Amino acid sequence: MRKPYLPLVVLLLFVVIIGGSWLRIFNEYWQLVFLFMGINIILTVSLNLINGYMGEFSCGHAGFMAVGAYVTSILTVWLFAEDKVFGPPVLPAAWAIPLFPVALIIGAVAASLAGLLIAIPSFRTRGDYLAIITLAVNYIVKSAIENMEFIGGPRGFVGMKRVMNNMADVFNAPWLLIWTFIGMIITILIVHRFVSSTLGKGVEAIREDEIAAELMSVNTRRIKVIAFMLSCGLAGLAGGLFAHWPGGYINPGTFTILKSTEVMVMVYLGGMGSISGSIISAIGFTLLLEVLRPLGVFKWVVIPLLLVVMMLFRPTGILGNKELSDVFPRLRAIFGSEEESYALASD
Amino acid sequence: MPLLQIKGLTHWFGGLRAVHNFNLDLEEGELVGLIGPNGAGKTTIFNLVTGAYKPTKGEVWFNGENLVGLRPHQITAKGIARTFQTIRLWNELTVLDNVCIAHASRIKYGLVDSILRNQRYREEEEQIKERALELLAVFGLEKYAQEQAKNLPYGAQRQVEITRALATEPRVLLLDEPAAGMNPGEIGELMKLIQQIRQDFGLTIWIIEHQMRVIMNICERIKVIDFGETIAEGTPVEIQNNPRVIEAYLGEEAF
Repeated sequence: MRKPYLPLVVLLLFVVIIGGSWLRIFNEYWQLVFLFMGINIILTVSLNLINGYMGEFSCGHAGFMAVGAYVTSILTVWLFAEDKVFGPPVLPAAWAIPLFPVALIIGAVAASLAGLLIAIPSFRTRGDYLAIITLAVNYIVKSAIENMEFIGGPRGFVGMKRVMNNMADVFNAPWLLIWTFIGMIITILIVHRFVSSTLGKGVEAIREDEIAAELMSVNTRRIKVIAFMLSCGLAGLAGGLFAHWPGGYINPGTFTILKSTEVMVMVYLGGMGSISGSIISAIGFTLLLEVLRPLGVFKWVVIPLLLVVMMLFRPTGILGNKELSDVFPRLRAIFGSEEESYALASD
Repeated sequence: MPLLQIKGLTHWFGGLRAVHNFNLDLEEGELVGLIGPNGAGKTTIFNLVTGAYKPTKGEVWFNGENLVGLRPHQITAKGIARTFQTIRLWNELTVLDNVCIAHASRIKYGLVDSILRNQRYREEEEQIKERALELLAVFGLEKYAQEQAKNLPYGAQRQVEITRALATEPRVLLLDEPAAGMNPGEIGELMKLIQQIRQDFGLTIWIIEHQMRVIMNICERIKVIDFGETIAEGTPVEIQNNPRVIEAYLGEEAF
């Protein structure tokens, strides 16, 4: 079998994007675009696990993003920044650099625990009914945050800018972009490896026929808990990263059903059950938003129209349920392929 | 002691009594048939035994253990597998995946192992794949391994369903109308297949079937139910001449 070049390609991308941002070859605007691309990829790939692979209809992804965003940013602001509510930083600024990913992980864990709010109802309901539950959870999270005055309530939470500035003062690097890139790679890796394992294929068996899955010895409840917690946890990771964007604030209004819809649009554009489709559509969608920026509010007329046209002519999304390497077999030289080893075994 | 013992199994759907006081002793290695007119409660009995429904009353003893209250995947893991009246393969998945996933109860690695792809994960995955391909080879289905299940001819889909059930390593196999929709040639093959797997895998088989040719040729013992009640039990010859069975199937005027 040929050696896959994928790790090399990823490393090259990392060097170009991070190095380019560090040396200011990419200006702040482009850095912001890269940041949103990375975050959107994490959101799309993670939601694809539920909406694509498992065939459920979760429309509350932004809620879990919010949990991650608030938990992570409260932690970082409390620990590493001077704040009106939390007082002086608990730890010296230098610690922020190694502990930032820890805060991200804690935010992700919190979001995955919140994921149980939909995982447990999913034992008994599915389809439209579960979709309504996910919607409700999105609202619950948003309203809960709005009513917590100590973190700013509806006005939002600030202070993350100081955390990022402190980190940059200790050592000047595009930290947020670095962790977004790493988070994105880890997300893709986790979701891809899980769904291509026999354990994770139980997720697809649930989509195809849940009763048959349970009767063919798949512990469907366990698989659902894993899938929902994984998906929601990764949404929380995306939220934690998003909370530290250069804008320096988050508010509950960011994490509404509108944001969830945006993620869903990216999943369906890319193709349900296709990770490479999700990546392509997240990148494309982020760019499209930027290209159409001059249109102002009218971009929200143009984009849905594009979606309608897309659904008419290619209802399965850009890649359907295939991966890029299925459509262009030559790419296998880069990606490597597990399917190849099956084929060898069956010869 | 019988391998599978069903005592007083009763099930109500709301006000409708679907199964009433059903008893069965299934000895190891037996091949028993379950017949009855449409709506008699045959599939309901299979659903009760495999845990898809929880019985209103009654016990299902398997290998010295009461199965009532266990979840279906636990019952399957203990050694009772089934096929379905209408084919229920995972259509979009490949035939190989269909058979691999049915090994679920024997997967010992967890989520973390699958993400790290460590030694343990790779060994187990390799074993599962190897065994799945072996099983497919028994039925000459290995040529379809990478094909989506929905693209297979009907007869082959039926065989994949049996293969998938065997992948759970059952001791008792419940076949729910395996010959439904098959032509006479395919039915002949199916009968051979059932005999073959029974020997090769040392199975105890319990079969629901409407095709009398299948039931009368391969079963050693037949149970007949109607409106949830057992109306007859015996060898194929006894059943064929039993007046209550003829009445249930053909109506009273036939006499």
